Amino acid sequence: MHGAGHRVAITGLGVVAPCGIGKDAYWQGLLGPGINGTTSVTIDDWDSAPYYASPKDARRADRVEQYAIAAAQEAFAQAGDVGVDPARFGTIFATGIGGLHTLEEQVIVRVEKGERRVSPFLVPMMMANASGAAISMKYGLQGPNETICTACAAGTHAIGYAARLIAWGRCDAVATGGSECAATATSLAGFGNMTALSSTGRSMPFDEARDGFVMGEGAAVFVLERWDLAVARGATIIGEILGSASNADAHHITAPAPGGTGAIACMKLALDDAGLSPSDIRLVNAHGTSTPLNDAAEAAAVTDVFGERSVPVTSGKGVTGHALGAAGALEAAQVVLAMQHKLIPPTAGTTSPDPSMDIDLVTGAPREWVPGPAISNNFGFGGHNGSVIIGPA
Amino acid sequence: MSQELFDRFIKCAVDALKVEPDQLTREARFKEDLDSDSLDFVELMMAVEDEFGIDPIDEKELEGITTFGQAFDLIITKL
Repeated sequence: MHGAGHRVAITGLGVVAPCGIGKDAYWQGLLGPGINGTTSVTIDDWDSAPYYASPKDARRADRVEQYAIAAAQEAFAQAGDVGVDPARFGTIFATGIGGLHTLEEQVIVRVEKGERRVSPFLVPMMMANASGAAISMKYGLQGPNETICTACAAGTHAIGYAARLIAWGRCDAVATGGSECAATATSLAGFGNMTALSSTGRSMPFDEARDGFVMGEGAAVFVLERWDLAVARGATIIGEILGSASNADAHHITAPAPGGTGAIACMKLALDDAGLSPSDIRLVNAHGTSTPLNDAAEAAAVTDVFGERSVPVTSGKGVTGHALGAAGALEAAQVVLAMQHKLIPPTAGTTSPDPSMDIDLVTGAPREWVPGPAISNNFGFGGHNGSVIIGPA
Repeated sequence: MSQELFDRFIKCAVDALKVEPDQLTREARFKEDLDSDSLDFVELMMAVEDEFGIDPIDEKELEGITTFGQAFDLIITKL
């Protein structure tokens, strides 16, 4: 990664997702069946109690922040005592939206009961930066604490920027990742009316019958550390951030640039950042939302950069749905777990890959692989593109 | 002091502040004893306004109130 020469180690990972809470359960979920017949996939039996000192503390946090705190707890437990100067330990977090459930509830309160009944906790619960703020406060991280809000690319952008702060030498460690919990009645209506959601309730990335995404939610948190410091303290390194890139289509608020030109440029920038050539990449963890336009543009971009059917491609969204600003973090987690288990999870839900696409899509069953550099892409409404390249430990 | 009114005040505080009824003595201090900050206090006042059907209490009148008993004394002047 371009910077001051510091390598970036991943030493902690935590995951909260509808298919599994905790990274082991999440991995099993990724190998399980896909989504069928629902507009959104959410954590219906969520219990915040294990992650908060008191019910009062939990009540002051929107669910989006609770997911972030829960994932952070698992990530920090794995990382152990990082032991760096708190002023050089940053928090770079992502969300697409923020505390939308709280906002929506309080709008109803205002309409039905008047302004005086709007909760004094509305603002700290709805603000997009609440999750990152909560992680920083819980763990005493006094370095840069910024929230990236680039729609569905936010998680990938956060991880890339977090790693960059270490590569540059500004931070010795950074907590990063993303959280989302935005499947409210109003947002689902909005996504539905813009025809982004699957009308058949099926998430089937790159399938010829794909007709939109299924809304997901969840969080993933990583602890990143300067490689040499992690080695010196005897940390268990579970992966490496090799490179990242961010650019913009400057084309349309929701549609990707035709032919995936922005995505092509983004992946090439990430390769350059990592000092790798396309043939070094062993896995493309696709954005693969299951929308007609995204998947067509992304498949074209992957073929342009890597060649026809030259590298395995998978998308976790057949299981996870689309967790918006958390997607990049959940998918980077998928990559790290795929490396640990030496298995590429299949693109669940997809039975008939679109014949117009020249990609080697992993479907049906997990595929064994020798872990090597993997690129994980995410693209957001607004034309935001993000790619991060992760290497095995 | 009406015990019935005080009990209703306690009920509001248990809900809003997430504390146990036996913590809610007249001497209990919001910050130190009840771990409640200014936002908790606003929520308590909103609950009290609902419970007793009183008009919103002006922020200025709340200045200087630090204990549960002081807050109750203010509330009963509004009934």
